[in-house]
Amino acid sequence: MAAEIRLEKVRKTFGKVVAVKDMDLLVEPGEFLVLLGPSGCGKTTTLRCIAGLERVDHGRVYIGGRDVTELPPSKRGIAMVFQSYAVFPHMTVAQNIGFGLRMRHAPKDEIKKAVQEVARLLQIDELLDRYPSQLSGGQRQRVAVARALVMRPEVLLMDEPLSNLDALLRLQMRAELKKLHREVGTTTVYVTHDQIEALSLGDRIAVMREGEIMQLDAPNEVYDMPANVFVGGFIGTPPMNFLRAEVRKEDGRVYLAVGDFSVEVHKEWQEKLEGMVGKKVVLGIRAENIEVRPTPEGGALPAQVVVSEPLGAQQLLTVQVGKDVLKVATSPELSVAPGQTIGLVLTKAKIRLFDEESGEALKFD
Amino acid sequence: MSYPRLLRRTLLYIGVTAFALWVLIPIFFIGISSFTPRNEIYAWPKPIIPSHFSLDTMRFFLNSYGVLNSLLNSVWVALLTLAFTLAVGAPAGYAVARFFFRGREAFRLGILITRMFPTALLAVPLAVTFIKWGLYDTLIGVALIHTAMALPFAVIITTGIFMGVPKDLEEAAMTLGCSRFGAFARVALPLALPGLAAAAMFTFVISWNEVFAATILTVNNRTLPAHILTTIQASPLYFRFAGGFFMILPALLFMFFIRRYLFHMWGGATAER
Amino acid sequence: MDVRLRKFLGTDTLLPYWLLLPSIVFIGIFFLMPLFNAIMLAFRADNGAFTLDYFKKMVADVRFIEALKYTFFLAITIVPLQLITALAMALLVNTGFRGSRFFLYLFALPLGISDLAAGLIWLSIFTQHGFLNSILYSLGIIERPIYFISYQNIGLTFLAVVVAEHWRATAIVLVILVAGLQMISKDYLEAAEVLGARGWKKVWYVILPMLKPSLQSALIIRTIFALQTFAVVLALAGDIIPVLAGEAYFWHFLYRNSHIASAYAVFLMVISIGMTWFYLRFLRSRMEVIRG
Repeated sequence: MAAEIRLEKVRKTFGKVVAVKDMDLLVEPGEFLVLLGPSGCGKTTTLRCIAGLERVDHGRVYIGGRDVTELPPSKRGIAMVFQSYAVFPHMTVAQNIGFGLRMRHAPKDEIKKAVQEVARLLQIDELLDRYPSQLSGGQRQRVAVARALVMRPEVLLMDEPLSNLDALLRLQMRAELKKLHREVGTTTVYVTHDQIEALSLGDRIAVMREGEIMQLDAPNEVYDMPANVFVGGFIGTPPMNFLRAEVRKEDGRVYLAVGDFSVEVHKEWQEKLEGMVGKKVVLGIRAENIEVRPTPEGGALPAQVVVSEPLGAQQLLTVQVGKDVLKVATSPELSVAPGQTIGLVLTKAKIRLFDEESGEALKFD
Repeated sequence: MSYPRLLRRTLLYIGVTAFALWVLIPIFFIGISSFTPRNEIYAWPKPIIPSHFSLDTMRFFLNSYGVLNSLLNSVWVALLTLAFTLAVGAPAGYAVARFFFRGREAFRLGILITRMFPTALLAVPLAVTFIKWGLYDTLIGVALIHTAMALPFAVIITTGIFMGVPKDLEEAAMTLGCSRFGAFARVALPLALPGLAAAAMFTFVISWNEVFAATILTVNNRTLPAHILTTIQASPLYFRFAGGFFMILPALLFMFFIRRYLFHMWGGATAER
Repeated sequence: MDVRLRKFLGTDTLLPYWLLLPSIVFIGIFFLMPLFNAIMLAFRADNGAFTLDYFKKMVADVRFIEALKYTFFLAITIVPLQLITALAMALLVNTGFRGSRFFLYLFALPLGISDLAAGLIWLSIFTQHGFLNSILYSLGIIERPIYFISYQNIGLTFLAVVVAEHWRATAIVLVILVAGLQMISKDYLEAAEVLGARGWKKVWYVILPMLKPSLQSALIIRTIFALQTFAVVLALAGDIIPVLAGEAYFWHFLYRNSHIASAYAVFLMVISIGMTWFYLRFLRSRMEVIRG
């Protein structure tokens, strides 16, 4: 069962703070949508509005085509996994999982069967008679997920379900959740502040800030073509580098001036940037899209190495270019010393340009 | 608002109002009784509101033999109790809150058990003992037994209060040069003060209201409740009503001041961890 | 454990013991000693010989059985009533409606009212020419005042005591339950909502089970104190209704026999311990599983 979710001009205020600003959102049936953003951006509030745990001040919420705006959570066809799991401590695992079905007055043998099935799916069928206090955090989390899935909801809502787990377990559970979604296929809305989780799990990611969606796109798009400086700086480890630049033209060639140096621009953009000569822009480039040369010759951007962090699979350099500080990812074999001046070559195809004032990505067509 | 919600809301308000009336009306009655002129107290049927308010009953009560004295005695005893209780109980609360020492759980268990001692079990033998020690019929004697009765509460409450003050703050103070005591006095104590004030008022109320031990341990230096109890068979109705009113007055006042802390305190009292 | 760690945790210093000393001394003098003396007084005659005489006299006294009966009935009538009332009040207030804090403070008022004062308050209501009779008369329900408090109507007198004590002490249970309710994380309640447990179902399946520790505390505390009911009875009903604590008082005060008074006190202690043990046995296993 997978339903479409539609939010129409949904607004939610807490006192003077507008947590969700007139949001329009469409979640396709069966889609895994991630609401991503820093704390306070309104992602959890949005989730709770879909759940019915918050009453919207303005706007409508539709699930599976039905207007559920006035309905309580239990009547919306949703199931929810809380950040704290909220697994009832006074009931066994089996009783917890079956609770929702009990509230629906389902026949006992049906409940038993459904509980067994979903427990097997989540590999907790051995734990059905235990109490939550006897389980580990990871096991309790699975109970929370099982309890939601057994309801065969039209929509599954998850509020930072992995944030209380240790790093290793988080990695494991991420893969499991992805597999689960493939198997069960319920429309899922997933809230997190961890952009790696978002990139890994989402069919689409909604990057939120201060109650608004900055960008709603597939992970690759959000990573590769951020809609604005905020998204670029939020997604990716390390975040996107930003340099101040100016569009200039010389000898018929359009290029970007970064301080005293010039950065080559893609052929296709020559035309498009013609009309913007003299404009101040922000140049965005990711750490892995910067090539390191031992010396700044041949048109490479001179950069002074500040710090070098060996991270195993790659070496992360912090370098200074003029007044800007960049992170550059390079091979661990390369030996650089702090204070050394190296040369940077930016991969042309991966340069992203943003308006200096608004931070919005420059659109070219 | 939808119909079922409105219904639920209305029922809710009716419920709480009913309970509120249940609590307030008897207090209202005793208040009224205390301001009713003496002759009307025996009137039949008694009007809910007297024909006129008069300080007659109160004046008569206050002027009755021994009342003013007993009032003063009650105040003294309560103040002494509160001083003793905090002096003895607060350090213990601090110790339990901050240190993990051997015997900590045993001590906490012991405190909980003492809460269950019947007052009679303490008062009767102490009456005999106090005679030997010359503490019988003294205010200090009563204060001491009140302290004993209030001590379990005080320890449990102050433990909760000090647990609420993060240990980091005192440790930071110590790294900045304070001695352990200095850190306590400058950091923990000021932060704990509101809670301690509430605990103090609560102790005052406990002592002020206590009747069994106060009666058994005194003859001439009675506290107000002891005085009222011992004269209860012989005193006229209006005397008893005015007495009741005076007994509840300071308590109600204090309850108002410490209302914010009531639930923190009892929350701490029931959380046995 | 490493020495530095021990010092940090405070297990390596004597300071806590010094801080604890005054309390321990106090408990020793004012709890353990009287306990010991009470037992001595109850079991030892003036000449020093061990005797059960005092207990025999206590049991033989005609008021003993009455006192035991009434004390017991008082406890088992009042405590469940209080638990239910306090639970209702706590749940209502817990919904957090506008003004709930105000009502909560109101409900907690009786905390500051001593049992003696409570007795006197309800005296003004139940007495012959009291408010209750006056109201009933004015409404035309009765023609002559009902003697709520008299030898003839001992049932009514008992009822009056139950009402007064219930009124006074429900606030104590209320405060314990409210504190317990506040400790239930909101997440559990929301999860229950999402799973379809609303209103009464939520209370029955989720809130009440999680409130069990508080209910148990309240039950034990209230029962122990209910067995000691004293001043309410005296103020309201004089000596018409004997109660165990009251008998202890009379024997010490009026009849000047501390031995028998102590016998009563020890007897009270024994039943208190007995009931506590009984409750704990009965309700223990569930508690442990929930606490984890």
